[in-house]
Amino acid sequence: MEKTLYTITVFSENTVGLLGQITIIFTRRALNIETLSVSPSALKGIHKFTITVFTTEDVVEKVVKQIDKRIDILKAYYNTDDDLVHQEIALYKVATDKLLEKGSVEDIIRKYHIRILEMNTDFVVLQKAGHYAETQQMFEELSETIGVLQFIRSGRVAITKSKVERLTDMLDANKKYERE
Amino acid sequence: MKLTGAQALIESMIHEGVDTIFGYPGGAIMPTFDALYDYDKKINHILTRHEQGATHAAQGYARVSGKVGVCLVTSGPAATNAITGIADAMLDSTPLVVITGQVGAALLGTDAFQEIDVVGISQPITKWAYQIRRPEDIAWAVARAFYIARSGRPGPVVLDIAKNAQIQEVEFDYKPCKFIRSYIPVPDINPSQIEEAAKLINSARKPYVLVGQGVVLANAEAELKEFLDKGDIPAAWTLLGASAMSSDYRLNKGFLGMHGNVSPNMKTNECDVLIAIGMRFDDRVTGDLNSYAKQAKIVHLDIDAAELNKNVKVDAPVLGSAKDTLPALTALIRKMDHTEWIESFKVFDDQEFEKVIQREVFPKSGELTMGEVINKISEATNNNAVVVTDVGQNQMMAARYSKYSQTRSLVTSGGLGTMGFGIPAAMGAKMGAPDRTVLMYSGDGGFQMTIQELGTIMQEQIGVKMIILNNHFLGMVRQWQEMFFDERYSFTHMKNPDFVAIAKAYNIDGKEISERTDLDDAIADMLKDDKPYLLVVNVEKKGMVYPMVPAGGSVTNILLGE
Repeated sequence: MEKTLYTITVFSENTVGLLGQITIIFTRRALNIETLSVSPSALKGIHKFTITVFTTEDVVEKVVKQIDKRIDILKAYYNTDDDLVHQEIALYKVATDKLLEKGSVEDIIRKYHIRILEMNTDFVVLQKAGHYAETQQMFEELSETIGVLQFIRSGRVAITKSKVERLTDMLDANKKYERE
Repeated sequence: MKLTGAQALIESMIHEGVDTIFGYPGGAIMPTFDALYDYDKKINHILTRHEQGATHAAQGYARVSGKVGVCLVTSGPAATNAITGIADAMLDSTPLVVITGQVGAALLGTDAFQEIDVVGISQPITKWAYQIRRPEDIAWAVARAFYIARSGRPGPVVLDIAKNAQIQEVEFDYKPCKFIRSYIPVPDINPSQIEEAAKLINSARKPYVLVGQGVVLANAEAELKEFLDKGDIPAAWTLLGASAMSSDYRLNKGFLGMHGNVSPNMKTNECDVLIAIGMRFDDRVTGDLNSYAKQAKIVHLDIDAAELNKNVKVDAPVLGSAKDTLPALTALIRKMDHTEWIESFKVFDDQEFEKVIQREVFPKSGELTMGEVINKISEATNNNAVVVTDVGQNQMMAARYSKYSQTRSLVTSGGLGTMGFGIPAAMGAKMGAPDRTVLMYSGDGGFQMTIQELGTIMQEQIGVKMIILNNHFLGMVRQWQEMFFDERYSFTHMKNPDFVAIAKAYNIDGKEISERTDLDDAIADMLKDDKPYLLVVNVEKKGMVYPMVPAGGSVTNILLGE
């Protein structure tokens, strides 16, 4: 079966040790987590994990079921890129003199749609948001021309294109089980 | 009401109906053991001789009674000793609550004496693991632990309780846990799934049912029988599904898998609709998945969504408890007559009897065999005993040649295959079913893995009937060496002690026999009262368990030995 990049979204209670519970499910199957992003979700007390992994649909389906099965996991599901609006953010630290040597700072800002977060006589910190390929391309181009002193990229964050909000539906559906 | 954390812990357990605990005291759990001293009227604490023994005993107790097995041990090495039993309970879906002491919260993370990351270690092998650091969390955590352990697909829960939480006082107010919003233990049945499954079953000419432990865990034995009777569907069982149907039931076609019966395995690849109920298509059942039941439409009933489509692609998944799904399915299937299909099993049964059973169970000469010993003891107990096994040849032989007249009658380590399971699990089984005869079959290897529990049996006078099927070998490994490793018997021969003398030292009566003519009397002597007993039977050294589906082979590739 063909391998693809899948984005796994996990909603959980905000309890200690859940990240460990999730990662051991990947470890057992010798799967590398490509990117990981964790933050509080829109719903108070509920955390959201966004994990990308390169594997087959057969495997990702089983992994998601095993994550979903853990007691404090509210909901886990997976999507391919087609289903998602997704974004990553990258920071680039470059030497100020090299940047100025290259010519117009305005050109760079226009070409890459970047923001400048910090600037002093020694270095400049540039920020670019985009898909992996876009932030990677800028990294490669800067590396080849003026050099990059430091580079960091966040894990993916993603929002589904579907009209259905799965977590709220699931929480509503589960209420019927709350008897007495 | 103000209580210490230790008292709150015990009161919480009493609220959950706990009356028996298997445990072992030590530093970080001492406040709780001190409190337990005042509860001797309400709680029977069994002091095992090792924490692994405590966990297996709790498993045996849970498996026969359906109640949650409870262990109470200290931190560090006690917790790590308990890990094997916890893992065993996870793989075999056994409800356990294991309470481990922990160093005081102020010392956590400092590599304090007997500190180990119990929650971290046990996370992959528990349904839930939680560390209690303050007494205010005790009642909540215990309520949640028992709810999680026993509900849905059962499993082990670990509560790691810091010493300070046991000592400090708390206002005690107990509320049982009835709902966790992120956890739906028994999903409602989905009518369209039931209809889909019923349609397949109604269209079948050669339907065939595989019965797993899920039927027992759901207490759905009667519902299973109604389903099978109406559909006139032959059924076979997995190792953990043994005794869900009685042995003499006309539709019970026997034991599945590597050392199962011939017809159940052969028919897997001949049926047209395969209906798996509360079983998980373990590799010891399926053999090679690429040649497994490819001709059949597959219906899978399971309470655990993660089991559906895990190993075998399913045509009609049915999520839910067998207690709910089976009656719903029975209502929709037509009353059928599959006489011809059912009778077609017989040719394989006859073949197995002639090639395997005749020799193993009814030998006329030669040394004693495991099969004949087990068959005789099963008859002597009117097929009514709880059979506990260790792991290996003794286990497969006991599963094959014991007969079962009621449910929850085979207690064995299926998924983990834990040698040393036998003695402690049998102790727990006897505590959980005190009115039943409890037999424990072990090899000479496994018996010595938890032999220290003879001390527990002595102290508590637990009336287990232990049988060592002694071949002076690690028999199953030896069998594989003979079959697959050119008879290179690498470290499988054992020079054994005088087991009866050891039992005597523990004040346990016993006997050792080697002759066929002594067998009946020895069995009668063993079963004459309800006291613990050890019967050592020296059996043929190079006995083999047949039939055998070699690992990874097709279920129809069955070796019968010659």
